[in-house]
Amino acid sequence: MLDELYKEIILDHYKSPRNRGKASKVDFHAHGVNPLCGDDIELTLTVDRDIIEEVKFDGHGCSISQASASILTETLVGLTLDQAHTKIEHVKSLFKGNDIVTEDLGDIEALQGVRKFPVRIKCATLAWNALQLSLQNSATGQSTAYSDE
Amino acid sequence: MDSHKSIQNLSIPELDVDAVRKDFPILQTTIHDKPLIYLDNAASSQKPEFVIKTINNYYSYEHSNVHRGIHHLSQQATQQYEQAREKVANFIGANHSHEIIWTRGTTEAINLVAYSWGQNNLKQGDVIIISTCEHHSNIVPWQLICELTGATLRHLPLDSHDKSFNLNKLAEMLTPNTRMIALTHMSNVLGTITDLSKVVELARHNGSLVLADGAQSVPHIPVNVAELGIDFLAFSGHKMLGPTGIGCLYGREELLEDMPPYQGGGDMIETVTMSQSTWNQLPYKFEAGTPNIAGAIGLGAAVDYLEHLGMESVRAHSHKLNSYAISALSEIDQISIYGPRNPSVRGGVFSFNHADIHPHDLGQVLDSKGVAIRAGHHCAQPLMAELGVGSTARASFYIYNTQSEIDELCAAIKSAGEFFSK
Repeated sequence: MLDELYKEIILDHYKSPRNRGKASKVDFHAHGVNPLCGDDIELTLTVDRDIIEEVKFDGHGCSISQASASILTETLVGLTLDQAHTKIEHVKSLFKGNDIVTEDLGDIEALQGVRKFPVRIKCATLAWNALQLSLQNSATGQSTAYSDE
Repeated sequence: MDSHKSIQNLSIPELDVDAVRKDFPILQTTIHDKPLIYLDNAASSQKPEFVIKTINNYYSYEHSNVHRGIHHLSQQATQQYEQAREKVANFIGANHSHEIIWTRGTTEAINLVAYSWGQNNLKQGDVIIISTCEHHSNIVPWQLICELTGATLRHLPLDSHDKSFNLNKLAEMLTPNTRMIALTHMSNVLGTITDLSKVVELARHNGSLVLADGAQSVPHIPVNVAELGIDFLAFSGHKMLGPTGIGCLYGREELLEDMPPYQGGGDMIETVTMSQSTWNQLPYKFEAGTPNIAGAIGLGAAVDYLEHLGMESVRAHSHKLNSYAISALSEIDQISIYGPRNPSVRGGVFSFNHADIHPHDLGQVLDSKGVAIRAGHHCAQPLMAELGVGSTARASFYIYNTQSEIDELCAAIKSAGEFFSK
């Protein structure tokens, strides 16, 4: 049962996170916290002419939240901001089990195990929710951290 | 001092844990095909068949609304309901049963005092003292009433070494403006037991009142409000073998007499006209609306069960498990335990962290082995900040837990360590 949640890919991202740190030039900044479990994720993005060039993450939390943030950084590089919006929506509904996979999602597929562990869905979605809020805020000129309560 | 020995020397009958376990239907079940090892008692205890049957019987054959009923069932329900109040009053050593106010739980009991006592007694310049290790339910109500009245909320810092209360520091903080000291009797994170008699002694010198959050203490150690000298005690039924949705506020009679009602409605009035109302006597002044009758009767049954075991025996069993857990958990290199090491000054609540595993991941792996623990901030974010962690894992024991279950817990922690290092 545990193996469905903690797939090898997840544990690999957790132990060897990709793109940990801060982007060289910060065009977008997102902060997500889950007060219940103390998870805390900071995302920084470099965007050049609407294309996401670099995504970095920092923070601490459970294996699912950290692996998911690591996967996010790899997923979004090279996308336009619009494409990133669409991708985030799609990934979030995959985690919740509202959507089916119609394309090759790479490592994201490994995170779908959270569907069977409802309390862990918010761990997987934390980084994605935080970035979504940051992108929406930048469109409206606001600045608030995403808090999963 | 070998305090374990000294407790045993008092010839307190040892709990027959095998017999106790047979009384709890849920302990005969399996989780993920493994026998349930329930170590989340600080959040809520399980229920013995005696309590379940009492509630079931009440709803099956004895239910009616209480008070003012002419018919047989109503009188019988009222009698049982009021008997439960007497049982609880005796259990905590209150002088009168009308000093027991039924609430939904500890949280509502503290809110009742904060609002009702606070609105009549607090003004700008007055000070309420709480501590860094309070549950949110003994922080937020005070923040709200301080905002309303202009009073100031101050917090007693914890000893930097063992995170116990520094009562010398409390003495320094007290001024004639201190109106209330509201402290946990047993920390829901660290298990630390507060020396309430000393707190009361300090408070008396300054004319301050003392409220104790007894959510964790009343289920686990003998608590006598008269001996402790405290003014208010708040606790919950569901952590002491009773149902959810019922709890108590104990308040000293003269304090409760002076406090205005907390909610208005039926049962709490004496007379009502369209322009004004007069209040019913204690305890009904604070019990508006149809109460949680089955809850009160169920809690009365839980008190019967605990008294049958004997609270000294309950405490001795907890002491035995605590000593065992401290040494067993200490043997796992990656585990750090928070709170005091001395089993005599703590209850059976153990918060800990694993050097390599986040508490949620640890809780998840333990769950797959049938071991139920809690992971998170335990509604004590200021304490988490003080400990420098976002969350902890927490195992908490009760009368039905055994040393072999602690062995299983440790084995499961070790296996989680292997799982995450593979």
